[in-house]
Amino acid sequence: MNALPIPTRRDEAWRYSDLEALGEVWPSGVVSERIDVPAGETRALTLVADAAQPVAVRDWTVTIADGARLDLHILNLGGRYGRVALDVTLGEGSHFELGAAQVAGGKTTLEIVTHVRHAAPGATSRQTVRTVLAQQATGTYLGKVAVDRGAQKTDAAQSVKAMLLDRTATANAKPELEIFADDVKCAHGATVGELDATQYFYLTSRGLPPAEAKRLLLHAFLADAFAGMDDAGARETLEAAALAALERLA
Amino acid sequence: MAMLNIENLHANVGDKEILKGLTLEVGAGEVHAIMGPNGSGKSTLGYVLAGREGYEATSGSVTFDGKDLLALEPHERAAAGFFLGLQYPVEIPGVSNLNFLRTALNAQRKLRGEPDVSAADFMRLARTEADAFDLTMDHMKRGVNVGFSGGEKKRNEMVQMALLAPKFAVLDETDSGLDIDALKTVAGGINRLRSPERGFLLITHYQRLLDYVKPDKVHVLSGGRIVRSGGPELAHALEREGYGELAA
Ligand SMILES: Nc1ncnc2c1ncn2[C@@H]1O[C@H](COP(=O)(O)OP(=O)(O)OP(=O)(O)O)[C@@H](O)[C@H]1O
Ligand SMILES: [Mg+2]
Repeated sequence: MNALPIPTRRDEAWRYSDLEALGEVWPSGVVSERIDVPAGETRALTLVADAAQPVAVRDWTVTIADGARLDLHILNLGGRYGRVALDVTLGEGSHFELGAAQVAGGKTTLEIVTHVRHAAPGATSRQTVRTVLAQQATGTYLGKVAVDRGAQKTDAAQSVKAMLLDRTATANAKPELEIFADDVKCAHGATVGELDATQYFYLTSRGLPPAEAKRLLLHAFLADAFAGMDDAGARETLEAAALAALERLA
Repeated sequence: MAMLNIENLHANVGDKEILKGLTLEVGAGEVHAIMGPNGSGKSTLGYVLAGREGYEATSGSVTFDGKDLLALEPHERAAAGFFLGLQYPVEIPGVSNLNFLRTALNAQRKLRGEPDVSAADFMRLARTEADAFDLTMDHMKRGVNVGFSGGEKKRNEMVQMALLAPKFAVLDETDSGLDIDALKTVAGGINRLRSPERGFLLITHYQRLLDYVKPDKVHVLSGGRIVRSGGPELAHALEREGYGELAA
């Protein structure tokens, strides 16, 4: 690890972070990893980041070469502070798929910070992030999509939704675009909301107890993050872990 | 005492009083219809009976099957046998119709101290009732009401009612938006479920439904109260003359 000074709040990518927790692991405890997907190849990765590591700061550098594809699915639960930062560079005609769910209560801080660079033409990226927060938890998604000058026919999508179960929880959602090509399709949306009262009433009025109704709705909300997974076994593992985390919030 | 006994019920939506002293009795085995102008409080009555948050009974009482209905949580009302079919059924993406119904049915049974329905029995039941209301198993596997047409949503309410087999059902404009065949299907469903142990309150704007489902009584709800009650002929008179005179 280099001797970089510890980030401050003035640094946009660390604006909502738990810097005190970060201080305990910085810099040697930051887990830096490289993932390189060679041209034409397909990789699928899943990550469950849970309380086994109370302060977990991950910094991944990803390259997806021409015609390659990476499917990355993350369940970020954290202990005290859980951060996953992804710096992704896309080659020609490649695809990056990110499906991430974050679930936290207590005073936990979770964040997913992505920088996805479309460096060559015809690449696609799709990021789906769903966050459920209770009590005094903080959940953040900062996602910048950068499209280089030559990267025509880029198709980039970011769908970011957070749900607050208590007014005391905080969600930050910031999808951003930086586009230097003209023939591109970029869609982004971010919402922060609460449990839908009408849906909740509908379920309880048919006999579901409050906890069960909430569980069904939250599970459906989070399931978007894992909907695209080919590996049904891996999907079930992530969903079961997400459900267990929801259970613990109650 | 009647199965459903509503006494001088006052209820607010937000801080606005919508129900203003509503009194109504429906006995077991009876079918009553409520008609009334838009905004008179018909759906509000349904929500107050079902226990929706934000619809607050401020005075009066509701006794259902000998219980103080207003003291129960919404899911407890359902388990006690109360069902509300919504005027605007809700879409719930990501929660399959089948999963929802099975969870609801077993949750009700658990609260009543009855054993779970087995997966096989449930599927048989679901298939039969979907079929009875002209919905396919594809509809049953989809997210609750997601991508359903208006009429399909109403028929899905009927499937749910038939599966849950309540003691008492309030059907809020279940007939609105149905084509002629679907109306007959829904009416046929209500008639099939009619029994000496079960009561119905049909909220409707149209005489047409009441041609197929003969009500024992018809009430006019206006300004948050029942202003008139009569036999089936009252619905005919309303259809002819409108609410002007009759609801005055
Ligand atoms: N959530 C709400 N906030 C404010 N006012 C409401 C709310 N819900 C209902 N109301 C008001 O309460 C009154 C009664 O509404 P309700 O839906 O019960 O009427 P209705 O008799 O069912 O009418 P319709 O025949 O059009 O279905 C209306 O004036 C309506 O605007
Ligand atoms: Mg209404």
